Amino acid sequence: MSNDESGELARFGVTDREIEHALGRVKVSSVDYADLYFEYCQSESVSMEEGIVKRATKSVGQGVGVRATAGEKTGFAYSDELTSKDLNIAADTARYIADSAQGTAPVPVTHRPVLARSLYPHDRADIEVATRDRVTLLNAIDAEARRYDPRIKNVMAAYNTEYKVMLVATSDGLMVGDIQPLSRLQVTCIAEENGNRQVGTFGGGGRIGLEYFQNDQRYLHFAREAAREAILNLSAVDAPAGVMPVVLGGGWPGILLHEAIGHGLEADFNRKKTSAFSNLLGKKVASEVCTIVDDGTLPFRRGSLNVDDEGTPSSRTVLIERGILRGYITDKLNARLMGIPLTGNGRRESYQSVVLPRMTNTFMLAGESDPKDIIKSVKKGLYAVSFGGGQVDITNGKFVFSASEAYLIEDGQITKPVKGATLIGSGPDILKQVSMVGHDLKLDEGIGTCGKEGQSVPVGVGLPTIRIDEITVGGTKA
Amino acid sequence: MTRAIAEQDYTNIAQDLLARAAKHGATASDVMVADGETLSVQVRMGAVDRLTKAREKRLGLRVFFGQRSASASTSDFSRESLERFVGETCALAQAVVEDPVSGLPEPGQFATDFPELNIHDSTKLQTDQQIDLALRAERAAFAADSRITNSEGGECDSSSGRIILANSHGFVGHYANSSFSLSVSPIASDAAGMQRDYWYGVNRAFAKLESPEAIGREATRRTVRKLGARKVSTCRVPVIFDPEAAGSLLSHLCSALSGYALYKGASFLIGQLGQQIAPDFVTIYDDGRMPGGLGTRPFDGEGLPTRKQAMVERGRLASYILDTYSGKKLGLPSTGNAARSIGESPSAGPTNFYMVPGTTSPEDILASVKQGLYVTDLIGFGINMVTGDYSRGASGFWIENGELAYPVEEITIAGNLKQMYANIETIGRDLVFRGRIASPTVKLAEMTLAGN
Repeated sequence: MSNDESGELARFGVTDREIEHALGRVKVSSVDYADLYFEYCQSESVSMEEGIVKRATKSVGQGVGVRATAGEKTGFAYSDELTSKDLNIAADTARYIADSAQGTAPVPVTHRPVLARSLYPHDRADIEVATRDRVTLLNAIDAEARRYDPRIKNVMAAYNTEYKVMLVATSDGLMVGDIQPLSRLQVTCIAEENGNRQVGTFGGGGRIGLEYFQNDQRYLHFAREAAREAILNLSAVDAPAGVMPVVLGGGWPGILLHEAIGHGLEADFNRKKTSAFSNLLGKKVASEVCTIVDDGTLPFRRGSLNVDDEGTPSSRTVLIERGILRGYITDKLNARLMGIPLTGNGRRESYQSVVLPRMTNTFMLAGESDPKDIIKSVKKGLYAVSFGGGQVDITNGKFVFSASEAYLIEDGQITKPVKGATLIGSGPDILKQVSMVGHDLKLDEGIGTCGKEGQSVPVGVGLPTIRIDEITVGGTKA
Repeated sequence: MTRAIAEQDYTNIAQDLLARAAKHGATASDVMVADGETLSVQVRMGAVDRLTKAREKRLGLRVFFGQRSASASTSDFSRESLERFVGETCALAQAVVEDPVSGLPEPGQFATDFPELNIHDSTKLQTDQQIDLALRAERAAFAADSRITNSEGGECDSSSGRIILANSHGFVGHYANSSFSLSVSPIASDAAGMQRDYWYGVNRAFAKLESPEAIGREATRRTVRKLGARKVSTCRVPVIFDPEAAGSLLSHLCSALSGYALYKGASFLIGQLGQQIAPDFVTIYDDGRMPGGLGTRPFDGEGLPTRKQAMVERGRLASYILDTYSGKKLGLPSTGNAARSIGESPSAGPTNFYMVPGTTSPEDILASVKQGLYVTDLIGFGINMVTGDYSRGASGFWIENGELAYPVEEITIAGNLKQMYANIETIGRDLVFRGRIASPTVKLAEMTLAGN
């Protein structure tokens, strides 16, 4: 296998024969689909605060999840033991939903010899980072942030990595594995001046190794950005409250797309008709300047995947094309039940969780406006460039996302920084308010984690500078 | 799914790891082992939607080399893996910097009494029994109102688990707990659109779980009343938080009282110990030994005894939430609040954290507001723990002359948590524990509402 030079996939110590037998046991005639998902995951974190690299943690886990689907039903069991006995117990549990005796004929599986893509490094040596290298990097970050401004009183930073090996065997006779590295460097600074304390954060990463952070001393840039935001917020004024035009900067503000429309276009909610976007396929849900895609095929990106957790190659799916809703993102269960294409978005947090249709990297394509003109077009409004988290109620479509760095726009000029405020809108309406799209598409730095049904998966977002004519800004200044 | 392993075996594994760590040169160490099994049933539109069954185990080791320390966890309990695991953890500890404050609690502080806390119910539910409960809850939701047209489904979960903690000071403790929960999430629709809400019950004892019919009816009551929700204009008004929403204000208080946030300078309550942070009718407790509580346990994540303590006493901040490490950083003893994820070093968190109820009925609180907002749901993460600045998406009801007039959505409420706690005007008498953090209805004098 192309991604298996190091023999990592053999680590599960389960033979093809055992896999075929377990699949046969669960894939009875009333079961539409079944799969076994093997996973090994090692994560390491080293963190620093008060100028001391004082914490190091490491976690290793492996296990198998066995899943069967029949009609709309899913039966699922998992085990952290990989013996054939445990496999069979899990298979029998998953089959419970089919209400049928165990199958006896093994399901033959063929190894997929070469993965369609190789979007990220898979050689362990390219991914692993020695603890002392992490310590060196974190110490330099602390020094750089404090050097940026003496008002920086505390620096917290963490360097986290994950090395995940997955292997999925499916009842369609496929066996495919992938090695999925992930790393993230996060810096938080606290600034203090005359009793006024403020926080600034910056982070980034992806499916990449240490080199990424070392290139052009990117880690020092992270430190300066976190320090800059904290210092900036020392002079922030109260945020305005009410409906106004808002300009979103490029990159991470793309979380708007993730919350406002991305979740609403996940196939499961639409199959169940519980999404505010149900029945809107082919309808206008955004202004004509908006084209939005979900793309799991971008090299090194946090949300990218060579194959999804059902063995389907990732792809680029057009969600909205010039304002028209074009497609949903799917996993096998929902694609089958809805009779729509598989998009390679079947994802799970781990072997302990079921597959759900999830986003990968979701972004709006670049438009034609000059970002400067977009700012100039606003008489009185908000310019928001950095955000914390967001959330959405899929059913009524109401979403929020919270700015952590924002400025007032007065007469076409960016003026004072304002305190963080939550922006709230309605998913099916908000993109109709987008009147200008910049030519400056930017993807985020690689910090996004999406939660759904208690499962977290890494995702990416992206956005050019855009103007939203009307959205409610939740400041304190009424 | 694996063979049941006796407590004694886990204790032996823990003792063995402590001995191996010492052999590697560790000056102190502790081990936490957890295992558990869960059965989760989800139904939707009258049929089984998802069935999940699992048994899992995990152990975490923390080692000290003088004042250097590291933590690690694994699910692989085989002998040869554990030997490698101990070696790697010890190597990790030697790679980090000395932290003068690090270490286990002093001997003599550990829990010695293990009273019956009623946190384990050995009832084993059958799969079909859980399916039936979930189906009944969903059916009751549909039956309660014809405007319920769809459903996100009903869910019935049962789980049980064990925790074993041992350390190189000779402490060994263990306890078992269980949890049973039932919830349903109906969807109501009318010409204007769809609304969803949910209701749930959760208890450590199966017999005390509310009936599926009661949960289904309440879920529907909460859902249909949201139909026809609209925006209101930006204004400053009194805000009443229903018990669920008020609980979130207590969660934020817990975050701000965490010793870790405090010593890092990341809490808006720095230096407030002993100060008046709320009106004198506000008293808040944390009680780690409340019988049957969802946050109840005989000892904390370091083996120290849990207890009942006043956190806010007649408006005065009486205690932070501390483990040994964060306590030392602040020059205070641990409050027995070490929270521990397997394989992580401890943090500090609440056990059963609640506001003492007042004497006013929720109806009377409502009646006291001429124009204002009654909040039932909050979304988003617009809370700045460093400054206390607060801005979240909200939905609920507009209050007109002391009564709920119509449902409201797509608005935010904003303020500053420090001022919000000081602005508590009335506390309801309706305290019900439905989680580790519980609050009665709470009325705040005024907040900024952003809408049209």
